[in-house]
Amino acid sequence: MTQLSLSDSRDLRTMLFGQGSFKYWALVPLLVVLTVFTVLPIIQLLQMSVSELEFVEGELVSEFIGLRQLDNLAKDPIVGIALKNTLVFVVAVVIIETVAGFTLAVAISRTKTLSILYRSVVIIPLLIPPVAIGTTWSLIYDFNYGLITTILIELGVQNPPLWTADPDLALISVIIVDVWHWTSFLFLIMLAGIESIPPSLLEAARVDGANEFRMIRHVILPIMAPTILVAMLLRTILAFKVFDQIFVLTSGGPGTATQVISMHIYKVFSEQFRLGYAAFLSLLVAAFMTIFVVFYLWASRVVRRRLG
Amino acid sequence: MNQKTVSKALLNAALLVVVFIILFPVFYIVQTSLKSTADIYSGTFFFEAKTRNYEEIFTGSRSNFAELTRNSLVVSSAVAVICGVIGSLAAYSISRLNWSRWVTGGILVWLLFINMMPPIVFVTPYYLWARGAGIYDTPLAVIMAHMVLNMPLAVIMMMNFFAEVPKELEEAAVIDGCTLWQAFRMVIIPIVRPGLAAMAVLVFVFSWKEFLFALSLTTTSAGRTIPVGIANFVQEFNIRYGEMAAGSFVAMIPALILVLLAQRHIIKGLTVGAIKG
Repeated sequence: MTQLSLSDSRDLRTMLFGQGSFKYWALVPLLVVLTVFTVLPIIQLLQMSVSELEFVEGELVSEFIGLRQLDNLAKDPIVGIALKNTLVFVVAVVIIETVAGFTLAVAISRTKTLSILYRSVVIIPLLIPPVAIGTTWSLIYDFNYGLITTILIELGVQNPPLWTADPDLALISVIIVDVWHWTSFLFLIMLAGIESIPPSLLEAARVDGANEFRMIRHVILPIMAPTILVAMLLRTILAFKVFDQIFVLTSGGPGTATQVISMHIYKVFSEQFRLGYAAFLSLLVAAFMTIFVVFYLWASRVVRRRLG
Repeated sequence: MNQKTVSKALLNAALLVVVFIILFPVFYIVQTSLKSTADIYSGTFFFEAKTRNYEEIFTGSRSNFAELTRNSLVVSSAVAVICGVIGSLAAYSISRLNWSRWVTGGILVWLLFINMMPPIVFVTPYYLWARGAGIYDTPLAVIMAHMVLNMPLAVIMMMNFFAEVPKELEEAAVIDGCTLWQAFRMVIIPIVRPGLAAMAVLVFVFSWKEFLFALSLTTTSAGRTIPVGIANFVQEFNIRYGEMAAGSFVAMIPALILVLLAQRHIIKGLTVGAIKG
């Protein structure tokens, strides 16, 4: 026993101060950051969601309320609407962006001279601030002075649509902006996939007399299918984050027409100032997304194995 | 042959339309930012360009863009440096120093989780901590949040760069009497410097465009960044369109510069978490 612990402590000493200690020290800062800023917040959320929290003259007052947040959840009419809006939004953008991204990737993979121009321009939407995208499109959609309205009136349209101010069109308006913003992301993944297809395979198909359409349908698409599925799954996960443009374009309105989950939690937190309930909803989102992410990691592992 | 030329031309024509659709909103915001209020209201395409909107947001009494820009620069630079240091140290250890697959795999999954979790999940705890630590409404609070958000990108990008460096290099350095730390600092880092720079710039841009935490952890121009300032324009009763457009264009500048720089590295960074082709 003594022997064992002695050698253990010597191991620990070499580990911390010996020749190879850099291996451990180099990793410590990251592990500290990840533990403090991602594990502790989850514990904090657990604690907050069983409490009633309030700031009284700058001091945080916390009262234990057990599972009463469940009653609040049952009484909250917005959660269901936000969930429905989020699902409609996510399904719509994932499908549209996948089709558009794939088409764009096939098209750009065929170009030579202008290829660099296309590739550079296409990544722009992913780099500019989503808030600036939101303000830009709010100018385009503006029903008094906006670009679309100006053009439609010029063309003689009597009552141009109100876009983000029309409850029936608001979610669609937001989806259009998201397609402009995120199609590039799917494009990049698809393009990498297409470029990794062995040219000999495409050549063989061409020799066999396949035209462009049949080549895409019977060669590229089947090879790409697993990559496309995993890319869709990844985009689905990321699409649940949507907040910035909706905040700028509609703030969740008109009414609750574009209220999504993140927007609702933000409002509970910042407008109703119910910290405990916001934490409780955050925890539900975290749990739900965890299932999704685990599924994604599993699926991408399976596909990676299959691709060798 | 002729048919092939025609289809090539059609393809490029279609793609130029796509380029137009992507670039148009940027042109539109620049155009609007140079218009006077009267020209914006009349919707004319012919107008006299003026820089008044830019002067107004930076020096005008109703706007605080100078402070917001300062905060944005401070936050984004600090986050780029912190992520650069912590990220490259960790990435080097993970990818080069013989950790068991459980450790490297575990950390990688952890990072991907952070990347995929909706950030709203962390808003309430960070808010409480910022209040508790007395850093609410300061750039420090925003730096804290952005550091965490960008850590996955920093580590995973650097792991890819380190993987490309031949192992013989540090072995030679160690045989010559270097410690691992010296080999890392004097041999490996100089080699991956272009990649490190690309990563830092990308982290800078991501921090620059982040909105949710910059909004939730601040309340005045003491801590707010540019995106929060722009969003405020929309909330006003009488929207100052010209100034809003000017502010939006200022917010886009780092991204537009970045596109002109090395795009190969950027593309890798943009698709972190996806399977490589």
